[in-house]
Amino acid sequence: MLDDFYIRALLAGLGVAAATGPLGCFVVWRRMAYFGDATAHAAILGVAIALPFSISLEIGVLAAAFAMAIGVAGLSGRGLSADTLLGVAAHAGLAVGLVALALAPNRVLDVEALLFGEILAVSVADLALIWGGGALIAGLLIWRWRRLITATISAEMAWAEGVDPKREQMVLTIALALVVAVAIKVVGALLITAMLIIPAAAARPLARTPEAMAVAATAIGAGAVWAGLEFAWAADAPAGPSIVAAAVAAFALTLSIGGLIRRAR
Amino acid sequence: MPEVPAEVNAEIEAKGLAVTLAGRRVLRDVDISIASGEIVTIVGPNGSGKSSLLKALIGAVPVSDGAVKRRSGIRIGYVPQKLEIDATMPITAARFVGKGGETALARCGVAECAGRQLSELSGGQVQRVLLARALTAEPTLLLLDEPTQGLDQPGAADFYELIEDVRTETGAAVLMVSHDLHVVMSASDRVICLNGHVCCEGAPSVVSSAPEYRALFGFGTRGALALYQHRHDHSHHEAAE
Repeated sequence: MLDDFYIRALLAGLGVAAATGPLGCFVVWRRMAYFGDATAHAAILGVAIALPFSISLEIGVLAAAFAMAIGVAGLSGRGLSADTLLGVAAHAGLAVGLVALALAPNRVLDVEALLFGEILAVSVADLALIWGGGALIAGLLIWRWRRLITATISAEMAWAEGVDPKREQMVLTIALALVVAVAIKVVGALLITAMLIIPAAAARPLARTPEAMAVAATAIGAGAVWAGLEFAWAADAPAGPSIVAAAVAAFALTLSIGGLIRRAR
Repeated sequence: MPEVPAEVNAEIEAKGLAVTLAGRRVLRDVDISIASGEIVTIVGPNGSGKSSLLKALIGAVPVSDGAVKRRSGIRIGYVPQKLEIDATMPITAARFVGKGGETALARCGVAECAGRQLSELSGGQVQRVLLARALTAEPTLLLLDEPTQGLDQPGAADFYELIEDVRTETGAAVLMVSHDLHVVMSASDRVICLNGHVCCEGAPSVVSSAPEYRALFGFGTRGALALYQHRHDHSHHEAAE
């Protein structure tokens, strides 16, 4: 079964959706979209640094994404607004990363694959990484779920209840760096944030509890992976962007359904 | 009005507390002590460190000097100024309050909100839901950071009445920050007047006639916080300990 590249692509996409569904909810609730961009774009820089030193690309991506996430979190609150700081960091990762890639010696790399993913070229080893990483992220979130929700609702209330919101922020930072390493092959550095935000946003009108929203976001992400792959296959369109476009269609659909429900009440 | 000896049975106590935020010293030499079952209100102008003091007591901001001592077995319920919750988070009031939610919501007079989304509630309802959540921990100390901000005067008076009832029923100590000077005076056992340090403290009637208090808030209903020009630097202890 795993001999079929289409099946491998589908499994890879589903693995990513399982991680980005619940994590994406926190990104939306805590307004961390730009933070996600900065972390994801740092991956390009990570690849550029890993290449000349013959470090594995996954390690390079993970290290760069993690360093960026920690760096940005540490710099915030020092004069510049968080929005500006994240904007600088996100575009710095992208621009400096692309320049460094062009200057990197020895190896020709498909930049487009890095930016938009190459889900149809996923290997069995990639699959293992994606599902292993996805399970790690989902496990981390489930383990910390109650504390993460409390810290997201109110930092002070969390302190008073014995939950350190800074530690929970760190849990999300680690999960974000992991998700970048997991998803870069599937949707590429530019569209990772899309897979975090869009399924979660599409799930919002359907859910009345945080858990329901996380489950719905995962289901919508999985549906988008399937629909996007089918479309890409039939129309010979790029797979990563097709998946994200399918998620956007789901968002438009639930948005109008939500509007109808509210009017009916 | 109960006379409360401050050092006996203190739920929480701060000695020589100092807090520095972003290089600015917002609190210094703060000594406070909250006894079991008393209602203490902190008043002070904007930027006087009221919220920082509460945050230092729960450990949300680091203490640069001094110490906070909590009675062993203390259970703290905290009611924040407002919820930062994003409208994108779906959560009903009952779920937010948690175990025993329905009962706690009914106790706080908002039973009808149980099944509604938190983001759809009015300011007054949110404050009562927040209090309900704090109560489910069966707190021995309730901390409230400007709980009536955004409520009209009858709403604020109702809320303080509820706090007083809760204190009577549970015996919990209450420490709150407030802007509503008039209501504070009737609802508190003790008032602490804060402006980077403790300017004066004591029974409401004593504090309201203290020169330090007058300097901070003016006379009568004028109470204009913006006109603050406080030069006294000494403490005024005769009322408290």
